[in-house]
Amino acid sequence: MTAGRRDFLQSLPPVHRGWLLGFAHEVTLPAETRIFGEDDVADRFWVVRSGLVALDVHIPGRGPVVVETVADGELLGWSWLFEPYRWHLGARTRSAVEAWEFDAARVRAAMEDSPAAGLALFRTIADQVIGERLRSARTRLLDLYGNDRSRESGVRGAVG
Amino acid sequence: MTVLAPGAAPALPPSPYRVVGRRLETSDTATIELEPVRSGLAPFSPGQFAMVYGFGVGDIPLSVSRIEGDRLTHTIRSVGAVSSRLASLEGGASVGVRGPFGTGWDLTAAMGRDLLIVAGGLGLAPLRPLITAALTAPERYGRVNVLIGARSPGDLLYADEAERWRAADARVLVTVDRPDDTWRGDVGVVTGLLNRAEFDPGATAAFLCGPEVMMRATARDLARRGIAADRTQVSLERTMHCGTGHCGHCQLGPLLLCRDGPVVRWDHAEPLLAVREL
Ligand SMILES: Cc1cc2nc3c(=O)[nH]c(=O)nc-3n(C[C@H](O)[C@H](O)[C@H](O)COP(=O)(O)OP(=O)(O)OC[C@H]3O[C@@H](n4cnc5c(N)ncnc54)[C@H](O)[C@@H]3O)c2cc1C
Repeated sequence: MTAGRRDFLQSLPPVHRGWLLGFAHEVTLPAETRIFGEDDVADRFWVVRSGLVALDVHIPGRGPVVVETVADGELLGWSWLFEPYRWHLGARTRSAVEAWEFDAARVRAAMEDSPAAGLALFRTIADQVIGERLRSARTRLLDLYGNDRSRESGVRGAVG
Repeated sequence: MTVLAPGAAPALPPSPYRVVGRRLETSDTATIELEPVRSGLAPFSPGQFAMVYGFGVGDIPLSVSRIEGDRLTHTIRSVGAVSSRLASLEGGASVGVRGPFGTGWDLTAAMGRDLLIVAGGLGLAPLRPLITAALTAPERYGRVNVLIGARSPGDLLYADEAERWRAADARVLVTVDRPDDTWRGDVGVVTGLLNRAEFDPGATAAFLCGPEVMMRATARDLARRGIAADRTQVSLERTMHCGTGHCGHCQLGPLLLCRDGPVVRWDHAEPLLAVREL
């Protein structure tokens, strides 16, 4: 049993999982493929089944800088949920990737038509993707592994 | 007459040890191996620490990062006078060592359970002997997950050893916060790796070591995933001087961390860390 592990689709109640998968088709993407670029139209999204995808930001003079990776079992992309439906980050495969691909406009329309399923999907995205990213962004702001020599007297995390 | 705090051990003079090996791990971190000049100290267990004395500069607490017979291994990041001196010692140099001190990781509480070992930065050093102990008795535990987070690829410790752990059937996942152009692996905080660890939350023991921010974020995430707080152990640091429960420098609420720590259960640590200025 691997219940501690969090898988996006497994977190949806079975009835809504089946509903969502009704909009999916399987795709295989070779390694080092640009899936989308920053500010492109967010008309699709994916659930990664295997492989690793890097999310990047283009920094003038430096090129794309990877800020996070998305791996198997995880949702790739949520900008398709909110206007103006454009990606905030770019995405590129690191390894070969197998994924479920979804047409964003169809799923949005289906969410309107089936509010219970829409709410379940929205909740899972809010908790597992948006909430998770926000928590990790906050943690990173504190420079998680930094050897911050200005910290004094409080309990220091062990040998950080 | 010296009055000792309850449970405090009397301070003994340091035992002479000699540096028999040194390896540079990262730009600011080195591992040194020590052998006793005469007889060794009592055996250390994973998670315990020694007070290591650099002649002319003073002594600092250092966890054991490997335990092999009488030989003690410490992985040291240079942050100030004493740590920089000890980290730069070459073979043949002399140091003084006191110990073993503190509580170690409680592996017996993990028997029959999946193990989730989560390290941030130099926090992998005190966890390394625990990983070795778990992998040498695999029949005692369920699945062994080792999740490692570092600031950058250049800050990763013991890369060759991670391969050996994988070969011994551990699930070893590594992530960095700031990748360089050569890094092909995961990017993001270590908690992101929990999605891919294999464990049954109702039958898992977790061991966390790293900066406090990282341990807090991880322990909370584990609680959300259903691992009870009393199944999570963390290693806490405070400025320590005597190592024997005399001086009170390392007090955290009711705990003297040199004696009651550094390894503490999360259900005990969390309320103390939540109170400011204890
Ligand atoms: C139980 C225990 C186990 C430890 N195990 C290890 C270990 O295995 N390896 C290791 O390298 N260190 C370990 N440490 C931390 C180590 O003891 C300190 O880095 C050391 O005391 C610093 O002494 P110094 O004289 O070199 O620097 P100081 O002059 O005391 O400090 C120099 C500067 O570094 C800062 N500093 C001190 N310690 C840390 C720290 N841990 N993190 C970030 N900044 C710090 C100080 O605030 C100061 O600004 C451990 C500490 C404890 C309590």
